[in-house]
Amino acid sequence: MAATQVVRSEWTKIRSVASTVWTLSLAVVVTIALGMLISALSKNEFETMSARDRLSFDPTFISFAGMSLGQLAMIVFGVLVVSNEYSTGMIRASLAAVPRRGTFLLSKLAVATALALVVSMATSFATFFLGQAMLGEHKASLGDDGVLRAVIGGGLYMTLIALFSMGVAAMLRSPMLSLGILMPFFFLISNILGNVDATKKVGQFLPDQAGSRIMQVVTPLDDDTPYGPWGGLGIMALWVIAAVVGGYVLLKRRDAQ
Amino acid sequence: MIELEGLTKRYGEKVAVKDLTFTVRPGIITGFLGPNGAGKSTTMRMILGLDHPTAGDVRIDGTRYDRLKDPLTCIGALLEAKGVHPGRSAYNHLLCLAQSNGIPRQRVHEVLDTVGLTAVARKKAKGFSLGMGQRLGIAAALLGDPRILMFDEPVNGLDPEGIHWIRTLMKSLAAQGRTVFVSSHLMSEMALTADHLVVIGQGRLLADTSMAEFIERNSRSYVRVRSPQRERLLDALRQAGVTAVESGDGALEVDGSKAEYIGELAARQQLVLHELSPQQASLEEAFMRLTAESVEYHAHTGTGTPAPPRQQWGESWKKG
Repeated sequence: MAATQVVRSEWTKIRSVASTVWTLSLAVVVTIALGMLISALSKNEFETMSARDRLSFDPTFISFAGMSLGQLAMIVFGVLVVSNEYSTGMIRASLAAVPRRGTFLLSKLAVATALALVVSMATSFATFFLGQAMLGEHKASLGDDGVLRAVIGGGLYMTLIALFSMGVAAMLRSPMLSLGILMPFFFLISNILGNVDATKKVGQFLPDQAGSRIMQVVTPLDDDTPYGPWGGLGIMALWVIAAVVGGYVLLKRRDAQ
Repeated sequence: MIELEGLTKRYGEKVAVKDLTFTVRPGIITGFLGPNGAGKSTTMRMILGLDHPTAGDVRIDGTRYDRLKDPLTCIGALLEAKGVHPGRSAYNHLLCLAQSNGIPRQRVHEVLDTVGLTAVARKKAKGFSLGMGQRLGIAAALLGDPRILMFDEPVNGLDPEGIHWIRTLMKSLAAQGRTVFVSSHLMSEMALTADHLVVIGQGRLLADTSMAEFIERNSRSYVRVRSPQRERLLDALRQAGVTAVESGDGALEVDGSKAEYIGELAARQQLVLHELSPQQASLEEAFMRLTAESVEYHAHTGTGTPAPPRQQWGESWKKG
């Protein structure tokens, strides 16, 4: 059995269900729209800002503000791609067709991740340019120091969020359980841990907080983050690897139900 | 050919399948019979490598399932659960399975046609009836034109026309020299289709025999006799050393004698007979007796949990 056959099969699977289209569209629309809105608001606020705040004003990072919400749709995409197999019982047909479970999982993740990467990169560039357009004279340009890295990093960040969700869903199998853990984790718990002084040190190492560092161009004044932009993305990548390896090990060992 | 060797599956304390050894041969339909919960589906899932056996192994034409190159072209299976994404069309469902095994697209159209789903091929599976879902599952099994086919309760949810169709299909597949392995909890269904029988109860092998032999060995044959001169006939039989029991409707049932012998006996005594017919107890009775014996066996020797009461066994397959 050639891996290309399985990749082709997984592509047919992913393009033939409606959830792919609506989750990815939602990720694009929410990220861009919210990014534009917050950019526009920030432009108006700039005038009333203190000098200190103006120093750490980061137009690139501001245009990515929509990602905090847009990533939730990316999580849904990642979770559904994997857990649909279990919730529909399709997994039995899939594994009977592709008994090499490593090939099966890796092909599925490769196809879904490639699709997520294309959509995420496009979204990241679109949200940057449209956000900068809203910021008027305070805008950053792609040629500025660190900006291109931040924009490409934004695309990588969203892709890794999707892949992390796929790994978690491969471990948990149930879509409700996976979403029930991932959504509040990224939307609430990570924020709370990151903003309370006592837990901030821990929060910094959570996948989304470490990963989103790559989208910062201007470092905040009181910044004490122990890693740089790529270091942060690396920490996020470690989380993703752990989730995917966990999903693979469990898939390999468990009965297919 | 499917070969099972000491196949065992344990879920914690509970033994679902215990030490199953049998071979499913090509060219005939092998029925896999057992009451609900006997371990049929678990066994079939292990054959497909979906569930990992606790012990023992399975070979498909001599090869382990996960070593098969493009397994769908070797063995096709219809499993009990529907297992189709409701938002995906029948065509795309089959296409993704076909692509994973390098099966050409044209074959998807062919199997859709074979099972009669061409008209709804582009419709989402969520609108499918149970019968249509079953047909889609059969289409998936046929996709790779495999030499071995396995059907788990294929007649479930089919209408009479569909049931007739699947029986004819299985017979023609076996006639082409393919291996056909079909499970059912209905003895009557097996009697109409299977040439060979594998019977399990509580995960244990109870019988592995040809259908004819199974009937021969497990059913009681007797002669049913009806006569207006019943008392004289009884006397005649008694004198000849033949025991007869009265059945409820006034007829006599004679065990262990040929109809010819009883007819000649009656003729010598100039007795009028209204009925003289060799009878065979139904297969269902034979099946019930076999599984009931397995329950008795466990009830007497079992050291662990007590076996369920005998009538439960009958109930479980009667319902269907």
